[in-house]
Amino acid sequence: MFLLLFLLIPIFAAIALLFIKKEQSVNLIAIGSGLLTLLGALHIILNKTGNYDASWLPILNSRFLLQADGLAKILILLTAISFPAIFIATSNNKTNQKNVFLSLMLLTQAGLMGVFLAGDALLFYFFWELALIPVYFLCSIWGGEKRIAVTFKFFIYTFLGSLFMLIGIILLYSNTADHSFLIESLKHANVSPAQSATAFALFFIAFAIKMPIFPLHTWQPDAYEQSPTAVTMVLSAVMVKMGLYGIIRWLMPLFPTAFLAHANMVVILSVIGILYASFIAIRQDDMKRLIAYSSIAHIGLMNAALFTHNQVGVQGALIQLFSHGVNVLGLWIIADIIEQQTGTRSMKALGGIAKKQPTLAILLVGFAFANIALPLTNAFVGEFLMFNSLFQFNPWIAAAAGVSVVLAAIYTLNMVQKVAYGEVSEATNLMTAPNKNAQAVLIVLLVIVFVTGVYPQPLFDVTADTLKQLFVK
Amino acid sequence: MNAIIVSTLLGVVMMFCSWITTSAKAQRNIGLVGMLILIVANLAQLKGWWVIDFDTKGMLAFNQIGLFANMTLFILTFLYLWINGEEIEKVGNNHTADYYAIFFFILCGVSVLTSFDNLLMLFIGIEILSIPLYILTGSDKKNLLSNEASLKYFLMGSFSTGILLLGITFIYGATGSFHLTMPVINPTTHMVTEHFLMSAGLILLFASMNFKVSAAPFHFWTPDVYDGAPTVFTSFMATIVKAAGFIAFIKVFETQRMALGFTWYIILSFVIVATLLIGNITAVFQRSVKRMLAYSSIAQAGFMLFALYGNSIFNTEAILLYIVAYSLATIGLFAVLVKMKDYSFESFNGLAKQHPVLAFLTTLFLFSLAGIPLTAGFFAKYYMLNALLTAGAGLWLLIVAILFAAVSVFYYFKLVQAMYFTPGTPAINEIDKKYEFKLWVLAVIILLLGVFPSLLFNYLYF
Repeated sequence: MFLLLFLLIPIFAAIALLFIKKEQSVNLIAIGSGLLTLLGALHIILNKTGNYDASWLPILNSRFLLQADGLAKILILLTAISFPAIFIATSNNKTNQKNVFLSLMLLTQAGLMGVFLAGDALLFYFFWELALIPVYFLCSIWGGEKRIAVTFKFFIYTFLGSLFMLIGIILLYSNTADHSFLIESLKHANVSPAQSATAFALFFIAFAIKMPIFPLHTWQPDAYEQSPTAVTMVLSAVMVKMGLYGIIRWLMPLFPTAFLAHANMVVILSVIGILYASFIAIRQDDMKRLIAYSSIAHIGLMNAALFTHNQVGVQGALIQLFSHGVNVLGLWIIADIIEQQTGTRSMKALGGIAKKQPTLAILLVGFAFANIALPLTNAFVGEFLMFNSLFQFNPWIAAAAGVSVVLAAIYTLNMVQKVAYGEVSEATNLMTAPNKNAQAVLIVLLVIVFVTGVYPQPLFDVTADTLKQLFVK
Repeated sequence: MNAIIVSTLLGVVMMFCSWITTSAKAQRNIGLVGMLILIVANLAQLKGWWVIDFDTKGMLAFNQIGLFANMTLFILTFLYLWINGEEIEKVGNNHTADYYAIFFFILCGVSVLTSFDNLLMLFIGIEILSIPLYILTGSDKKNLLSNEASLKYFLMGSFSTGILLLGITFIYGATGSFHLTMPVINPTTHMVTEHFLMSAGLILLFASMNFKVSAAPFHFWTPDVYDGAPTVFTSFMATIVKAAGFIAFIKVFETQRMALGFTWYIILSFVIVATLLIGNITAVFQRSVKRMLAYSSIAQAGFMLFALYGNSIFNTEAILLYIVAYSLATIGLFAVLVKMKDYSFESFNGLAKQHPVLAFLTTLFLFSLAGIPLTAGFFAKYYMLNALLTAGAGLWLLIVAILFAAVSVFYYFKLVQAMYFTPGTPAINEIDKKYEFKLWVLAVIILLLGVFPSLLFNYLYF
């Protein structure tokens, strides 16, 4: 029953927001509901919770089943941290019809929570789509100049992907003994190896588009650039995790044979994607695009690690799911502060922020280190484990992927250097008093970065049961 | 039988209604009450309370599914008349009562099409359905487009009826009977004995039925007729009439398709792919929303044709749900369109600012057509794909289906973009709260079926 709250709180808050116009109370409600969800997330991590199971579509034998294992918990925690953080950090931004904006954001949150909690394939599909629709409106109404075309591309891409997944679901479902969408039943579906491989491909396309994996990534940099920054934060901190989540939750248990059979191809594609994105990131001038490409590289690494099907690699990816979310959220918030105050995202036009706002510069350096995965930061733990597994999988591939660490250092430090140091530029001169709310959020996030970097044990503990399920027979 | 007789009587009553009252409002209300009587009469037969029955020598057979199909189509018609009542009056020239009479005659044809058991009755049903439609198409007498559409529809329609008759004749030649019988199965090979006349007849029948449901390559009349006819009547043609055509189509080929052997799957797949391709791709390039909806109705027919692939209960469920979902959304969209001053996409610009509720409802209807979850359209597509897979269709057909479903998002969302993201002043007539309420009713049904599609089927089985 408790798990239902993760859907109900944001949905009720979203409905309430539609009827409130006053900006201050709008912010308060959004932040309040976000914090309430965060409390709930902490509660389920510290305590045991039962599943929520209700009959939904008796005629199809689909159940409204919500369940939280380690994988779900860690992503719920990430979602629950991200949303209030975004709400607080952007609370001073000027937005037309802010109540509608926040209402749609909360609906997205509910959709995401549903995706991470659903234990029934049809329910999963429902939430998978529901998370997308508010984002479509958010990006198209409040986005940048080319928003409509770009968002449309993003929408059609992901919609097509999810339709493929729907066929995969139907294919498995029609072959289950008890005609049910539950993971357990789908796992024992009576399918031939060829059918299983097809279903694997159908699911994989949906997840690959969402993450995205090379060569299906073309929607992403444009979408990140054109979206309002608050939405970009959701997209890159939480929403891309849906794809990785899908791989761990659905692909790995449902298609063990096909998974191993395609591992080589997927790992190689991911590594190509990592290097490709890293090289492009080096050439970027727009901060948002740089972070977007850097994010593609990081997600590619996680995907590669998952497909090594090695306990160490999967453990690394599970932790990195959370760490990457926190890091990239930090970087986006900083990029947003800079854009709000200077009116530009071009690194050429920026410079010398360290002189104007030393705190912001320190925070930027902190998150930049986390982005490169230096020791003591949270990303180091995950990346270390993931490279370890890649090395066991194939040393040459590991070596190729390893180049991306160097490249990450190049583009991240280059960004820090251009943005934070050097002469105070014209644009930077416009910077006013620091944004207290956003900086407070950043400090909290940075504390998480270093605490989980030095003492990641709690994250290992939370995800232990997922790992056990996947690897101990 | 109840529905056939009651609808005929109601048609006659409406014809003479203008003797009783000349007030259009009164005529409208009489029509609505008549519609309710028709629904109750059909329900009485469905539940077995009160049945008019006489020996039709096996020409008509009433089964649960046919009566249920009547029920859904009548309720859809009721909703249609209830929403569009005032617009029907505006079409014209003090003929309101006559229009209602025509509607009842069409419904009589619908009830014949859901219950025929004999190819002659199929022919009669289609004629009863079609002739009033030619009149409705041309009812805007002073509009040249409407006249052209009517003439075109009439000519093409009679031509296709000719093909239908030829097909029936061939089948009669092969079997010596007009009845829908099981194909002859060879006892040694267990294969259906193929008979040249039979196959030729069935293929002609297939072509003519494709014309009625506007499937490619027999769709050429659709855009012009839908565009030329008065918008309120287009709404009726694109939904209830098309749905009845599909039910008849499925009834004919449920068993007869076996006589065609494997060829059936080849021609059906060809027609489906062609319909999806032409409908969807052409819809993308339309400038007028009304024409876009005409092509969208061709595209949706492609999806509905999937129901012909198998003959299990899944197919019946799928087509019924699809018909309901598609009709509700299309009636809703046309009801919005009817209020627009012109039908271009640009006239929808900025609708969300001026009429947020109306824009929201339109979006919901479009979502349902596109098959987005939480709307009836999603489950319609889901059931259809499921039925297709259960019938043993190749995966490629499913993939073609979803690729075109993605294309359909493209043109449906163009309207969403115009309403929400493009600034401008919408060219729209006054809309009162009552009209909005009527649209809300449609929207609520769509949402309800989108969460609990079983609501519809409960009545099919119990």
